Amino acid sequence: MHFDPAVARDMHKVLAARLRSDDPEAAGGLERRSFLKLGAASGFALGLFPVAACAQGAGLKPQEQPSAFVRIDRDGTTTVTINRLDFGQGVQTGLPMILAEELDADWSKVRSIHGDANPAYADPAFGTHLTGGSNSIKNSYTQYRELGARTRAMLVAAAAQQWKVEPGKLRTENGAVIGPGGQRLGYGELAEAAMKQPVPQKVQLKDPKQFKIIGKPTGRLDAVPKSTGQQGYGIDVRLPGMLTAVVARPPVFGAKLKAVDDSAAKAVKGVKAVLRVPTDRGGEGVAVVADGYWPAKQARDALKLEWDTASAERVDTAQLTAKYRELARQPGAVKYNADVSRLGAAPNRISAEFVFPYLAHAPMEPLNCTVAFDGKGAQLWMGTQMPGLDAAAAARTLGVKPEAVKVNTQMAGGGFGRRAIPSSDYVVEACHVAKAARAAGVNAPVRTLWSREDDIKGGYYRPLHVHRAEIGYDAQGNILAWDHVIVGQSILKGSPFEDFMVKDGIDATAVEGMKEPYDLPMRLSVHHPQVNVPVLWWRSVGSTHTAYAMETLLDEVARATKQDPVAMRMKLMGGKHPRHAAALQMAVDKSGYGKRQLPAGRAWGVALHESFSSVVAYVVEASVDNGTPRLHNVTAGVHCNLAVNPLSVEAQVQGAALMGLAMCLPGAAVTLKDGVVEQSNFGDYAVPRITDMPRIAVHIVPSADAPTGIGEPGLPPLAPAFANAIARVTGKPAPRELPFKLA
Amino acid sequence: MTTLNINGKDVAVDADPSTPILWALRDTLGMTGTKFGCGQALCGACTVHLNGAATRSCVTPLSAAAGQKITTIEAVGADRVGRAVQAAWVKHDVAQCGYCQSGQVMSATALLKTNRKPSDADIDAAMAGNVCRCGTYVRIRAAIKDAASTLA
Repeated sequence: MHFDPAVARDMHKVLAARLRSDDPEAAGGLERRSFLKLGAASGFALGLFPVAACAQGAGLKPQEQPSAFVRIDRDGTTTVTINRLDFGQGVQTGLPMILAEELDADWSKVRSIHGDANPAYADPAFGTHLTGGSNSIKNSYTQYRELGARTRAMLVAAAAQQWKVEPGKLRTENGAVIGPGGQRLGYGELAEAAMKQPVPQKVQLKDPKQFKIIGKPTGRLDAVPKSTGQQGYGIDVRLPGMLTAVVARPPVFGAKLKAVDDSAAKAVKGVKAVLRVPTDRGGEGVAVVADGYWPAKQARDALKLEWDTASAERVDTAQLTAKYRELARQPGAVKYNADVSRLGAAPNRISAEFVFPYLAHAPMEPLNCTVAFDGKGAQLWMGTQMPGLDAAAAARTLGVKPEAVKVNTQMAGGGFGRRAIPSSDYVVEACHVAKAARAAGVNAPVRTLWSREDDIKGGYYRPLHVHRAEIGYDAQGNILAWDHVIVGQSILKGSPFEDFMVKDGIDATAVEGMKEPYDLPMRLSVHHPQVNVPVLWWRSVGSTHTAYAMETLLDEVARATKQDPVAMRMKLMGGKHPRHAAALQMAVDKSGYGKRQLPAGRAWGVALHESFSSVVAYVVEASVDNGTPRLHNVTAGVHCNLAVNPLSVEAQVQGAALMGLAMCLPGAAVTLKDGVVEQSNFGDYAVPRITDMPRIAVHIVPSADAPTGIGEPGLPPLAPAFANAIARVTGKPAPRELPFKLA
Repeated sequence: MTTLNINGKDVAVDADPSTPILWALRDTLGMTGTKFGCGQALCGACTVHLNGAATRSCVTPLSAAAGQKITTIEAVGADRVGRAVQAAWVKHDVAQCGYCQSGQVMSATALLKTNRKPSDADIDAAMAGNVCRCGTYVRIRAAIKDAASTLA
């Protein structure tokens, strides 16, 4: 999900046109009401000033209004609302750090809460609610600095009034305003007066040299609740009288029901209703609503269902892969069009075909959505990366006005893209269940909860891809021509994002990460077949496969022509990519690459990749142990500009590296036979365990430039670095298929 | 009606005896700190202690736990070892999404209760049943070692 900024400028207009309810400017009336509500709930605190803010700061957009983001209680507790979902990536701490820096807050008193689908919490660059593309810190850095600075200015103005001195004579420090004579007023004491001050439009931001909070390794604000079982997630929401629904979905995507025998299901104690409900992709299923998950699941297992799968395409992965391989031999829609005529006469050739399977996200918290629907409006509780889009989809499904739907964004137990669904599948389904339950006389909030089997089998996978490359190079390793074809389903065709991310028949997410940063004579074309398998972005999206193809092929040329893989990459970048070079050099220097002798049977592997505006380089050590590849040591060089919270950057790179490794491990593939997904749980869909975790050291290149993303960039280069090391151990080309299948 | 001893208190649970402890805790008793991850004892998110041993509550029926001592994440901090593990978890900033961490803490506590000086291999063996999709394993290892040293 690497959104081009030029494209992003128009994004909110396109989305607003499609969704109606999601445009901050068009929703002014709703906006003020919700500000009032927000203020009224917050007591005597800075958060009460929205009434004044609307009048006096009229030129400010909702996402620039401090009232929606900061609440300071009388005891100085400062609560920062984050405009994103936190599902582990740490924005719940990072965004408050940015705001607290400019506010000069007392960090020990800073707390954090999630925003909702209110337009104030739209991404300031895209104008819609979105947690994705590693954009949270990148796009909200200046926003949260300005919010903090505005709040600080209002507190200073309030103190100046009280002390009858010029605001310019005051300074702030650690949650207090300090006067010229050393007098001191805590922010909590000033909050009520501060809320009556006008909201300044323009504020002076600090010089990064003055930063005290930004850049300091900082523990997560939720570390205690997440270590003691006290952290609530969407799945933990409990409402009076709430019921739980489990849905029997079609075994083939989009299939319909032929017959339902629910007599045994209805006999299960605790079952309140058995309902036919529409499911995703025009399918039909049966929801069992009961007074808990266990009876609901028991009853679902007792359903006798006959499905009509004749009208749905029944995908077979082996056949599909063969078809993709055929397609890869023909040029598709052209992305890059370099002259590749030198291919035929090139003294050396590589002909390579890669296969990347469907992958499930499998976040630890199974999908769930709780809906309280009273016929006129609804409240929803769930972890979601796009609450605005989901709210609009919920309104359409329930047949109510968009402003009658309130989304309560919950902390999510992982997501990796699965909670950013252009089709809002699990939200729409939960709304269908709630609506059907109400129609059946069940008047209670309903939580629709997925089992792990539902999750693994339920679709929305990283698409299966085949790459084919023909490379010609000379004896010195100069690449003369590179002809590359990518075959895979488009993630965005048919979604609200299509208008600005599918151009000339090419889905931008399928080709991101190809070619750059190297100066290569590449022709790249793409096929996007239509296949009855729901697909989606999976942490780092297109770079999950493009980085692997690019970085293993380059390495192959380096090996064949006896070039050092680091020197070759540096040469190909030609001094034009200082951030890449710095990240790679960092990994080289810290790993001891080229200086340290490795134990027998081990080899170095190198890979470098930019995604989501950040660069990560890996230097790894691997071996092959009785045919099984083993990754021992990983050294990361990271360039994400200013690291707002280095502790969090380290965690994200560790985690992304492991997810990169996850793509390599045996069993990390979703396959279909006769339209049915063959895997069902962590037993047959492999995920890495602690025994798979290599030693890893993360090193960040120092920078004061505005931060870029880090949730995803650590993933793409891991698998190719590992593969390149294996190739050096075995003397054969790097594996052409993921997960690795070695003899 | 099954009587369970949860965190030192006898609690009557009105649910079918075949119901896994996990769902009695979460849906009947409202104790949501113990997490549902896979329902098949494959991920460890639901780990509790049954008479001190790490046990997957998602596959352990009420009938198998009647009259025995169940400890959950809500009370493990009352124990010296559990408290040390949780403190190390915070110090090492282990959690990312945090969803699996209740189970990780319960498994780590069970390990340190029987093995005060676990080797790397001991840690890997004891924790291999607990999946973390965020990839916090490096910090889990460090936190367990740190907790072990504070308990020494």
